[in-house]
Amino acid sequence: MSLSEFQMPSLGADMDEGKLVEWLVEPGDAVKRGDLIAVVETTKAGVEVEVWEDGVIAELVARPGDVVPVGGVLALLETPNPAHPVGAKPAVATAPAAPAGAAPTQAVGPPAPAGGGVKASPRARKLARELGVDLASVPPTGPQGSVSYADVERAAERAPTAGKGPQTLRETIAAAMARSKREIPHYYLGLDVELTRALAWLEEENPMRRVAERLLPAVLLLKAVAIAAAEAPDMNGVFRDGAFRRSDAVHLGVAVSLRGGGLVAPALHDAHRLALGELMQAFRDVVNRTRQGRLRASELTAPTLTVTSLGEQGVDRVYGVIHPPQVAIVGCGRIQHVPRVVDGAVVAAPAVSLTLAADHRVSDGLGGAKFLQRIAALLQTPEAL
Amino acid sequence: MNQSEIQQAFLEALVSVAPDAEPDALDRDEPLREQMDLDSMDLLNLVIRLNEVLGVEVPERDYPRLDSVANAVAYLEAALQAKG
Repeated sequence: MSLSEFQMPSLGADMDEGKLVEWLVEPGDAVKRGDLIAVVETTKAGVEVEVWEDGVIAELVARPGDVVPVGGVLALLETPNPAHPVGAKPAVATAPAAPAGAAPTQAVGPPAPAGGGVKASPRARKLARELGVDLASVPPTGPQGSVSYADVERAAERAPTAGKGPQTLRETIAAAMARSKREIPHYYLGLDVELTRALAWLEEENPMRRVAERLLPAVLLLKAVAIAAAEAPDMNGVFRDGAFRRSDAVHLGVAVSLRGGGLVAPALHDAHRLALGELMQAFRDVVNRTRQGRLRASELTAPTLTVTSLGEQGVDRVYGVIHPPQVAIVGCGRIQHVPRVVDGAVVAAPAVSLTLAADHRVSDGLGGAKFLQRIAALLQTPEAL
Repeated sequence: MNQSEIQQAFLEALVSVAPDAEPDALDRDEPLREQMDLDSMDLLNLVIRLNEVLGVEVPERDYPRLDSVANAVAYLEAALQAKG
């Protein structure tokens, strides 16, 4: 037996530290690789963190509420294996933060507002951001234990100098997006895709399903993108250390807007292999958990390609910014009726504008165009998705 | 179920899918979408929840009839009566 360290994970190149919110285990508990053992709050909201080896929890080093740098020790784990390399590090929670971007396996997710794991009204969140108030520190008096606008006002009055955290939402966004625009030569393509067949198929399909198993149009698009990505490896993978690494699996990041602003793009693992019903359940589950601040760490770092949709916000199309180290992002605008010419006559047909922002270091416009065309073609046979 | 019980059930379902919702602050007659951030996933979650607690299956074509608290309560009342 040996002791190994369970450390604060890096959930993005721009994360320096995280706050331990809750332990899901106690000393003496046996854990298996993949078990969720802690909840950590970062600027990306609450995240459930998995352990990566089997063992028994020997000691919980960090306490709920502690802010621990990336790489700092959260707990000690008794493992049957010989000493773990990271076990040689001093077991102190104040270990220096790993330099951002140093870990070869880390990915960056899109930014989200601080305090994302705290229940609060949209107005309260906005005010908290403006006043630099940490939502987690505000005593809630709103419905269901949520923080209300008045709660934030009171907190700001009590602590007029309430400082922002070391890494604010704006800084997180700035770092990730500036890195993307600095390092990634984006090219952009767009294609309007008719959805007459897809929507007609859904209209027939959904009444046959139980209410809880109904499909949203978005899931057809997600599946089509996942299948196309599996066939177009230059769109699916990560660019690290000067080289592109294709991914055999398609872990599709879906940009989920948080109430009150900000977004997170957790992964739908192996999206290309899931049946539509399974993909819909996974999609619904991950959206709900994102908004409850109960994401898993592996979901934040896994995406190999991201889909973002702003159609419900009423825009026609989205020109995405690629999330490093990914190499492409598919944007989806609103579904609306547009004039189409069919047999010489103008008819109204539902359509969506798809866009692709892709990394010119990895692919060219021709490959990007084929990728978009393939998505469009797949959407014409929804029953086969 | 009377109207106020249905309204209570609807508001509870709404809060369960959108915990930030402040039911007391909602105007019964104003469109919900203008008063809170609801997207199609929220709407689906709401319909699933209503199905669980009231046993009413709201078909997709009737989603627009849940556009305000007042309209939703009227719709659910009729649906419950039709169910018997």
